[in-house]
Amino acid sequence: MFTGVFSSTNRIMQVIVDSVPIAMTGLAVAFAGRTGLFNIGAEGQFILGQITGAIVGFYVPMPPILHPLFIILCAFAVGGLYAGFAAWLKNRFNIHEVISTIMLNWIAYYFMIFIVNMKSVKVPGSQHSPEILDTAKINFFHRDFRTTAEGQALSESSPFLRPFIRTDAGYAIIIMLITALLLWLILKYTRLGYELRAVGYNRYAAEFSAMPVKRNALMSMFISGGVAAVGGAMLVMSTSYYITMLGTTEGYGWDGISVALIASNHPIGCVFAGLLYAALKFGGLEIQSRMRAPTEIINIMIGTLVLCIALAPALPRLAERLERKE
Amino acid sequence: MKKDSAEFAVEMIGISKSFGHFKALDNVDLRVRTGTIHALLGENGAGKSTLMKILYGLYSGDAGEIKIDGETVDIRNPKQAISHGIGMVHQHFMLVENMTIAENIVLGSEPTKSLGRLDHALMNDMIRDFGKQYGLEVDPEEVIMDVSVATQQRVEILKALFRGVDILILDEPTAVLTPQEIDSLIVTMRSLVADGKTIIIITHKLKEIMAAADDCTVIRRGKLVGTVRVSDVTEKDLASMMVGREVKLTTAKDKAKPGEKVMEIRNLTVKDARGIPQVRDLSMHVRRGEILAIAGVDGNGQTELIEAITGLRKSESGEILVNGVDIANGMPIDTHNAGIKTIHEDRHKRGLVLEFNVGENLILETYKEKRFSGRGPFISWKKVDDYAERLIEEFDIRPADCSMQPVRELSGGNQQKVIVARTVEQEPDLLIACQPTRGLDVGAIEFVRSALVEQRDQGRAVLLVSFELDEVLDIADRINVIYNGSMVADLDPEETDEQAIGLLMAGGGQ
Repeated sequence: MFTGVFSSTNRIMQVIVDSVPIAMTGLAVAFAGRTGLFNIGAEGQFILGQITGAIVGFYVPMPPILHPLFIILCAFAVGGLYAGFAAWLKNRFNIHEVISTIMLNWIAYYFMIFIVNMKSVKVPGSQHSPEILDTAKINFFHRDFRTTAEGQALSESSPFLRPFIRTDAGYAIIIMLITALLLWLILKYTRLGYELRAVGYNRYAAEFSAMPVKRNALMSMFISGGVAAVGGAMLVMSTSYYITMLGTTEGYGWDGISVALIASNHPIGCVFAGLLYAALKFGGLEIQSRMRAPTEIINIMIGTLVLCIALAPALPRLAERLERKE
Repeated sequence: MKKDSAEFAVEMIGISKSFGHFKALDNVDLRVRTGTIHALLGENGAGKSTLMKILYGLYSGDAGEIKIDGETVDIRNPKQAISHGIGMVHQHFMLVENMTIAENIVLGSEPTKSLGRLDHALMNDMIRDFGKQYGLEVDPEEVIMDVSVATQQRVEILKALFRGVDILILDEPTAVLTPQEIDSLIVTMRSLVADGKTIIIITHKLKEIMAAADDCTVIRRGKLVGTVRVSDVTEKDLASMMVGREVKLTTAKDKAKPGEKVMEIRNLTVKDARGIPQVRDLSMHVRRGEILAIAGVDGNGQTELIEAITGLRKSESGEILVNGVDIANGMPIDTHNAGIKTIHEDRHKRGLVLEFNVGENLILETYKEKRFSGRGPFISWKKVDDYAERLIEEFDIRPADCSMQPVRELSGGNQQKVIVARTVEQEPDLLIACQPTRGLDVGAIEFVRSALVEQRDQGRAVLLVSFELDEVLDIADRINVIYNGSMVADLDPEETDEQAIGLLMAGGGQ
């Protein structure tokens, strides 16, 4: 598994690329978690981001640079409103966000299938939407560049550029890093972040101190959903280029929960947790092909690892209890 | 069953116990004479509860020996403790709320008829007789949630006696009782002792020790200070032993100079979550420059009254006028803007964010102010830190370098100092202090009470809600007694006494 991941720079780069979407959903879950909300709906918000990316990426022609920025903005708004709806339900009707966001996940999933199935969207003879315009793609090098003679030559001559050319590496990595940094700054250094953390740790004290608890829940879910959706949009813009009829959800949102758990809800931690998780998944594929281990075993291994990491904070207490037993 | 020969019912010799690096108990000795009431006195965190938990088998000591009736024993869990005749009544009662008194007492050894059916008649008779035998009469058929706290305590004691214990540990037994109920508890304890039982009470209330106990062992910071015969010492001696220095038992203050009314409540009615009115047609007022104390037994509407004032709960009818403006049915922000700052009774739930450090907690209500702002949406943590350091010094919050320390790690007294500092610094028109000294030790109580008096002297209105009559009589300039959701009396502390107030608190005199 280790060699599978680290045997070549291409593979390392692939892990980094793979880490972007789950780091984004991880950030979304972690941000909400810091403010006392459990956003299980990152999956649904991510899917809405994918839809937004695919639709705006194909139907709204725009100049390069501006086009991806516009998509990100749209995705953020759509995902934010979608998650904000769950917060509104909580504020207005006291419906727990875990319940509502799980339901919203399925709505988002079937909405995607509905969109892809529309006559005007589905590419005839296929199971997916049309490929987004080149202006909307955010890879460092266009995918076709790999196969051109010029691209071949460049990747042969420059070992440094090779992983950038041969993978889907793109600006998504940078945007993810900026997002992580931004969320960390907001939480740690702004009045909004201070409020959100206070509400997250102890909403009763926050309420008593006259903080707008409900507005903060809305704000927190809006940002969280927005980040998840941007993750989805960036996946479309850098790797998939379209949305497909899927038999099941891809599970980026669920992975995000694990990532946030590993990072104990720290935004910067999510970047590294995302890398670890992506490496586990990528390395898992390697085990699968080399040792012919079934996927289930690999998922069990990943699950065990996550469980152990999640248990780590409980270890001192466990040790103390054992000591007492003696 | 009892060996009359043993002079000491309990001997704990050289007990030590550490939690991590913290030495909770360091070589402590405790000798309890058979057939006496023995008080265990100490500040919060002094280790008295830890010592008793070791005796009751909840903790195991790191070193030391325990002898019961002169014989060395090894107690590893409460079950073994009970088999050695040791019972404990915890501060928080452990009763099944929706079962009857008799069912609670016999729990675990129920009398049954054929096929394992409960024999209710036999059980009820048994408990009725059993209660009479100890002078602890209860109605065995009443359900726990319908009876008073004092009765629940009686049930807890009966439960222990029913299991055949000879040594009874009572953890802070008077914390929830009215003065009359305390008197009756003392009578009960005396009759139990006359019956050959031995009682250990954990407490930090000196008065009760003087009234009830034969011996008193004082612990300070995990070390034994000494054991004395109560008849040989004064209240003041015990206080100094406990704190380690001279303490003032009463707060020094001049006569109040009340000014205009800051808050006036007219005919307020507030319902609780179940829709039952807890505050009924209540009227009261507080003036500038006076401390108004609301005395009453817990659960007579104090909580709902304060929640209505602070914007946490809607009221049904009536007005809450603050400087002439009605804030009834407002939000917490309206209460804050009206100049009311509150020290909440539950400091962990409402008063502090335990994960936040001291600095962050000190600005919990003022973080929006310009003096803590950096550029744009940013908070200047440098400014917050300077502010925190000033308050930490001014209010003597310990440890002295705690501004970055999570407030969870501070002692209860210092946590309360953080809240007092934050509240007082906002220069409120009306300062509401709910149970401000609950669970604090003598030193911290002294601090909080004089802080309230100082606020009064600066011309602020102070509203004190307290279940402790000592506290009410110590600092109040005027006393309102609340019973069943209404104010039943408006008293001048100099013209009344503990007994009169206690009677009003219990619903008498109406």
